[in-house]
Amino acid sequence: MSPILEVNDLTVTFPGGIQAVRGVSYQVSRGEVLGIVGESGSGKSVTSLAVMGLLPKNAVISGSVRLHGRELLGMDEDELVRVRGKAISMIFQDPLSAFTPVYTIGDQLAEAVRIHQKVGKDKAFKRAIELLDLVGIPHPTVRAKAFPHEFSGGMRQRAMIAMAIANDPDLLICDEPTTALDVTIQAQILDVLKTAQRETGAGIVMITHDLGVIAGMADRVLVMYAGRPVEEGRVDDIYYRPRMPYTMGLLASIPRVDGAEGPLVPIEGAPPSPKNLPPGCPFAPRCPMRIDACEQEEPPLVTIGDGRHVACIRSREIEHKNLSSTDVYPVPVIPPSDIQRVPREQRAKVLELDNLVRHYPLMKGAVFKRRVGTVHAVDGISFDIVEGETLALVGESGCGKTTTLQQIMQLEPPQDGRIVVLGKDSAKLDKASRKALRRDLQIVFQDPMAALDPRMPVGDIVAEPLRAHGQKNVSAKVVELLELVGLAAEHAERYPQHFSGGQRQRIGIARALALEPKVLVLDEPVSALDVSIQAGVINLLEELKNRLGLSYLFVAHDLAVVRHLADRVAVMYLGRIAEIGTVENVYDRPAHPYTQALLSAIPLPDPEMERTRKRIILEGDLPSPADPPSGCRFRTRCPKFARLSEHERRRCVEEEPVVIKLANAVDHGAACHYAEEIEVIPASDDLEEK
Amino acid sequence: MLGVAFVKGVNRSPVQCDRRVMGKYLLRRLAMNAVLVAIAASLAYMLAATTMNPRASYEGRQPPVPEAVIDATLDAYNLNDKTPVFERYVTWASGVVTGDFGKTWNGASVNDEMGRRIGVSLRLLLIGTILGFAIGVILGAYSAVKQYKIQDRIIGVSSFVVMAVPVFVLATLLAIATYNLNRGLGFTLIEYTGEYNPRLSGWDQFLNRLNHLILPTISLSVGSIAFYSRIQRNMMLDVLGQDFVRTAMAKGLRRRTALFKHALRTALIPSATYFAFALGTVFVGAIFTEKIFAWHGMGAWLVDAINQNDVNSVAAVSLFTAACILLAAFMSDLLVAALDPRVRVS
Repeated sequence: MSPILEVNDLTVTFPGGIQAVRGVSYQVSRGEVLGIVGESGSGKSVTSLAVMGLLPKNAVISGSVRLHGRELLGMDEDELVRVRGKAISMIFQDPLSAFTPVYTIGDQLAEAVRIHQKVGKDKAFKRAIELLDLVGIPHPTVRAKAFPHEFSGGMRQRAMIAMAIANDPDLLICDEPTTALDVTIQAQILDVLKTAQRETGAGIVMITHDLGVIAGMADRVLVMYAGRPVEEGRVDDIYYRPRMPYTMGLLASIPRVDGAEGPLVPIEGAPPSPKNLPPGCPFAPRCPMRIDACEQEEPPLVTIGDGRHVACIRSREIEHKNLSSTDVYPVPVIPPSDIQRVPREQRAKVLELDNLVRHYPLMKGAVFKRRVGTVHAVDGISFDIVEGETLALVGESGCGKTTTLQQIMQLEPPQDGRIVVLGKDSAKLDKASRKALRRDLQIVFQDPMAALDPRMPVGDIVAEPLRAHGQKNVSAKVVELLELVGLAAEHAERYPQHFSGGQRQRIGIARALALEPKVLVLDEPVSALDVSIQAGVINLLEELKNRLGLSYLFVAHDLAVVRHLADRVAVMYLGRIAEIGTVENVYDRPAHPYTQALLSAIPLPDPEMERTRKRIILEGDLPSPADPPSGCRFRTRCPKFARLSEHERRRCVEEEPVVIKLANAVDHGAACHYAEEIEVIPASDDLEEK
Repeated sequence: MLGVAFVKGVNRSPVQCDRRVMGKYLLRRLAMNAVLVAIAASLAYMLAATTMNPRASYEGRQPPVPEAVIDATLDAYNLNDKTPVFERYVTWASGVVTGDFGKTWNGASVNDEMGRRIGVSLRLLLIGTILGFAIGVILGAYSAVKQYKIQDRIIGVSSFVVMAVPVFVLATLLAIATYNLNRGLGFTLIEYTGEYNPRLSGWDQFLNRLNHLILPTISLSVGSIAFYSRIQRNMMLDVLGQDFVRTAMAKGLRRRTALFKHALRTALIPSATYFAFALGTVFVGAIFTEKIFAWHGMGAWLVDAINQNDVNSVAAVSLFTAACILLAAFMSDLLVAALDPRVRVS
C-alpha cells in the first residue's frame, strides 16, 4: 500500500540561523498512527506546521512533502487551500484559543464543511450537528449554537476533532491534543480520536511529549531530538528494545503509576539550543555512552532492521549486549531517611487541617455587582501531615487543590474549620508570630519562569527570604543553598533567563529552603518541565526530604509523579476529599469510584499493557463548584451509581458521604456509601508472569 | 436521564434570565444617565447664569436704551441678573422639562437655533467620522499584517505626524493651499468656506454642497484615520498571533479570508467601541473645523454664545452635549455586547 504522506529530508530554518528542523523523513499509511515524541524545542510541532504550509513566511523550508505523491512544498495558495482541511486536517493543542471567539461552534464547523463541499448553509449546519453528535457532544442541536467560551476544555477539543474530520481527511495531524486537559478528559478525547479514525480510516500523526499517550495510540514511533529523528520503529520495538541512549533515557525517566519503586533515572543537562548546536551528535553532551567519535560527526539515521532506524554509532553494541536503560544510565542513590523508621503515630504532626471551608461569593453584573451564588471551592476537608512525610493532594482542575494551598499559606483564620501549622492554630496568631511561622512554611511554585524575578540575580533571589527575616551575612549561606540543589556557586551572579526550566525550578527550591523550613508546600513543582528534566527535580526533592527531614504538602494532577514522591495521598473532587490513605493502598486498591476512574485513565508508557487494559471512562465534565450535586458530589458522573438499584441510589442522592476508614486497612479511607476496593492498574510484574 | 435534565437546564435558563436581567439593567442605566444629564446641565446653567452678563449687550448702545426697557426685555428672555439666580434656574428648568430651552440673548428661540445647528454639524461630520473610522481600520489592519515592513513604517510615521499637528493648523493649511490652488487655476475648483452657495438649486446645489464638504471632511478624517490606524494595528497584532487564525487557515481558508473574516472581525471589537462613542458625539460639533471653514454648526454656536453672553444657548449646548456623550457611551456598550459574545453573558 502506498503511503498517504511521505516526508523526505525536511528542514526548516528561521531567521537568525535557527535550525528548527534538520532533516526529517517519515511516511504514514492509511489507517496507521505515527507517534512523534520529543521534548519541547525538538522541532516536532514545526515539522507538522511545515507539512500543513502554515509556517510564517520568513521560514526557509527545504526537502519534500508528498501527499498521495503530489509535492506540497512550494505549491501555490490556490492549490494548497484545496488540500488543507480536506486531505489533511490538524488538531491543535490549546482548544480555547483555536476557535474564533466571536462565531458559534456550529458556524465554525459549517464553515469548514462549506469550504470544501458545495452545500447550502442549512445543510452545512446540519452536517455540523451530525459531526458534534459523532464526537459525543450531548444535545448537539442546542450546543451548536453556543460560543467557544461556553464550552469546557474537553468539549472544545471534541469540537476541534469534529471540525478536523468534517471533510473526511486522509490524514489527521494531532499536535499535543490532550496536553491541556485533565486525565479523565484526556481518556475521553483519546477515545474520540480512535472513533474518528475508525470513521474516516485516516492516517494519524500524533505529536506529543507524553510517552503514555503514544504507547496506547501509535503503531510506529519517531523520536525527535534537536530537530532530527534519532530513532524510529514499531511501537513495541521502541518501548521494549530501544537502541538509542536518548530513547532509553526518556523511557527510564518517566515516573510510572504502576509502581516501579526506586529513584528515577534522569538525563543530565538540558536539550541544546537550536541556535547553538554542538558539533557531532547533539545528544552527546548528555549521553552516558559518549565516546570521542560521537563529537566528531553527527551520526546519520541508519536502518537496522525492518522499519527501524537509529542515529547512534553505538546502537549495534546496545543491541548485541542487550543493554537496558539501567545499564546505560547510572541510577542515582538517594540516602534513606531516619525518621521514616519511626512509626507514623509516634511522629509529631506538622500540619493539620480540620474541616477547612473556603467559599467564594459568585458575583454578577458589570456596573451593579450582586451576589448570585456561592462557589464551594473547598467544602470541609481534613487531613494531617507528620514529620518527614509527603502528602499529595491530587485531583482535576477546579477541585480545590490550589485554594487549599492558598488558605494554608495565608496563615489567616479560615472561614470555617481549623488550620494548625506546627501546633499553632492559624486563627490565634498575631502579626509577629505569623511572620515567625512563615519561616517554617515555604512554597515552591508551578511555573519556574514566572516565579523568579527576571531582573534579580539568582544570588539575590535566594538571599531575599534571609534578608527579609533580618539576616546580614548571607553570601556563604547562598552558596551552600545553591550547591544543595545541584547548582554551582558562580551561578549566583547570573539572571534567571540564563537557566533552563529545570535549573530555574532548582533555584525556586533553594529559595524555599533558605529559611530552613520544616514544611514545604509544592504546587505542581514539575508539571511545567520536560520528562527528562522532571526526573532530576523529583529525585532532588526526594533527596532533600530525606536529608533535611522535611515534610511536603505536594499538589499535583500527575498521579504517576505522586505515586513516586508521596507517602500518602488525598484525592479531591469538587472541594471534598474522595479518598485518602497511603499511596500503596490508594493506588493498588482504590475504593472510591472516582479514584478508580482517575487511575484507570492514566496512560501507561507500555504498549502491551495499554492494548489489553480496560478503561473506566467517565462521562461529561466536572460540575460547577457553584452548584454541586446534592448528596454525593460525584454521583452525576459515577459509573458505580449507574449500576446501583433505584433503592440504593437514593442514599447517594440524599446523603453526602464522609470519609470513612475502610474495614481492613490501617490508613485508607473513602467517601463513598458503596466503597469497594478493586484493582485498576495492572501490576507490571503480573504481565511478565503471563 | 439526569444528564439530560442538567444540560437542558444549563442551556435554557441563562437565555431567558438574560433577557429579563438585561431589560432591567438597561432601564436602570438609562435612569441613571438621565440623572447625570440633569446634574451636568444644571451646573452648566448655574455657571453661565452667574458669570455671564447679557445686560452688557444692551447697555453700551447709542442712543442708550432706558434701564426699564432693558429690564423688561431681559425679563422676557429670563436673562435679568436682577432676578435671583435660583429663580431664573427654576424658570429655565421648568421650561426644559417641557422641551423649551428658552430664548437667545436677542429673543430668538433656542430650540429653532439648535435644530438648525444640529443639522449643520451632522451634515459636516457624519461623512468624515465614518470615513475616518473605515480608512483607519483598514490601514491599521494592513499595517499589522505587514508588521515591520516598509508599508507598516510609512503608515506608522504618517499617523504620528498627523497626530502631532493640531486640527486647527491642519485646517488652516488646507484652506491656504486651496486658496492658492484656486487662484492659480483662475477659477474655484474646491470651495473652502461655508456650507453651500444659496444661489444654486437642485442638482447643482447638491454638487456644490459636496464640493464644500471636501476640505472639512479631509481635515476631520485625517486625524481619526491616524488614531484608528494605531488602535487597530495593536488589536490586530494581538489577534494575529493567536491559534484561531491558524485554525482558520488549517480548515482550508485562504490567508486573506482568514485574516479578514476571523482576525479582523475579532480585532474590530475595541475600535468599534471607540467609533460608537465618536458617532454619538457627531451632533455636538467640531469647534475648530466649523469655525475655520465657516460652517454654522453646534461647535461654532458654543463659541459664539459665550462671546455674546448668551446664557440659555450655552446651557442648551451643555445639556445636549452631556446627553450625547452618555448616549454614546451607552451605544458603545451595546455595540460591544452585540459584537462580542463573551461579554453578553456576564
